[in-house]
Amino acid sequence: MNKQGNTYTILYASVMVIIVAALLAVVSVSLKPMQQANIEIDKKKQILSSVNLEPTTQNAVELYGKYIIDSYVVDANAAKIEGADAFTVDVAAEVKKAKEERQLPVFVAQLDNGDIKYILPLYGAGLWGPIWGYIAVDADGNTIYGSYFAHQGETPGLGAEIENHSFQSQFVGKHLFVDGEMKPVAVMKVGQKPLNGAEYVDAVSGGTITSKGVQDMIENSLLPYNAFLNSIVK
Amino acid sequence: MKNKEILLGPLSKNNPVIVQVLGICSALAVTSKLEPSIVMALSVTVVVALANVVISLLRNTIPNSIRIIVQLVVVAALVIVVDQVLKAFAYDVSKQLSVFVGLIITNCIVMGRLEAFALSHKPWESFLDGIGNGIGYGLILIIVGFFRELFGSGTLLGFQVIPEICYEWGYQNNGLMILPPMALIVVACIIWIHRIYNKDLQEK
Repeated sequence: MNKQGNTYTILYASVMVIIVAALLAVVSVSLKPMQQANIEIDKKKQILSSVNLEPTTQNAVELYGKYIIDSYVVDANAAKIEGADAFTVDVAAEVKKAKEERQLPVFVAQLDNGDIKYILPLYGAGLWGPIWGYIAVDADGNTIYGSYFAHQGETPGLGAEIENHSFQSQFVGKHLFVDGEMKPVAVMKVGQKPLNGAEYVDAVSGGTITSKGVQDMIENSLLPYNAFLNSIVK
Repeated sequence: MKNKEILLGPLSKNNPVIVQVLGICSALAVTSKLEPSIVMALSVTVVVALANVVISLLRNTIPNSIRIIVQLVVVAALVIVVDQVLKAFAYDVSKQLSVFVGLIITNCIVMGRLEAFALSHKPWESFLDGIGNGIGYGLILIIVGFFRELFGSGTLLGFQVIPEICYEWGYQNNGLMILPPMALIVVACIIWIHRIYNKDLQEK
């Protein structure tokens, strides 16, 4: 057969595409369960990191079972939504909805000393792609106990610094409510202050857009929890 | 060409980055820290070597008019497999590399070696050529990543190496090192030093 002819070329291309597609499908399907398990372990690690624990891939599931004593989903009026699983709520989809329609997952952690912390998920956009995280709030519904941020593809050394401890630890001890009104923590360039009087942390230098993304993410993700945070103060 | 020359040539005299000036885009993107540089170097080496072997095995069957597309499909398939395997068995590494793994597809070195070498050589030689070029590329990436992380963040692989006392005496991290232009300037410095020792590469 003429190897430079059209028939051969078309046949060659078709066969190649079918073989490659089949190969990729097999790889994808056979690795899916392991990838799914990794994603779940990773999510548990992230949730635990927000209460300043340091889980490893090996003990994340065990620690999660030990420390996370409850999890539920609330709506914007702090009423619990029955039958919803906090762990499987797709926060990425929820943050795009109107505040009243959102399902708001809450993870309740009990630490070694008996303290209760409420862990709330965050999701937003950085410079290059999505950013997300978790904020752990004290039982007073106001003071931040710990935070965790991650990103998909922010610039290493710049925006990607939001996943560093030095950035995340700034949030510890900040308050979500100022004079009884909810004003989520802002992320400001060094030397600047938010106009609305909210508490603030320093932005990542050189990572302006990512820092702004973190601020927007905190604001957008946490404001619907206003009623819930008020309700846990007994 | 002897096998040894195929393997070692790309490390210096025929280096893909500093002599052929290929793959500059990724040298710029991933080298602000040392760790992604190393993982990227490894991934590219694996992909170039395997793609070279596959194309070399197919070289007598590939119709000339669609050879670039065939090469692209092979490279893309390999990269996706690498990405999936990393996600299943080394999730932390894959999270760190994120988009960079996908970007291997666009690395000009991969296509360059397929087109220039694998299409006309036997599988074993092509494999060595892939390994050699991968290492030659990785070497430069690691050197650039080393200097950029050291002077830009004062750390190496995330560990603080510039002692605290230097900062107290007024030393500051050079934020410019982290920005993309410095990658090009560091590569240029490497080329400069390399040319000093390789006079035959100097242009008249």
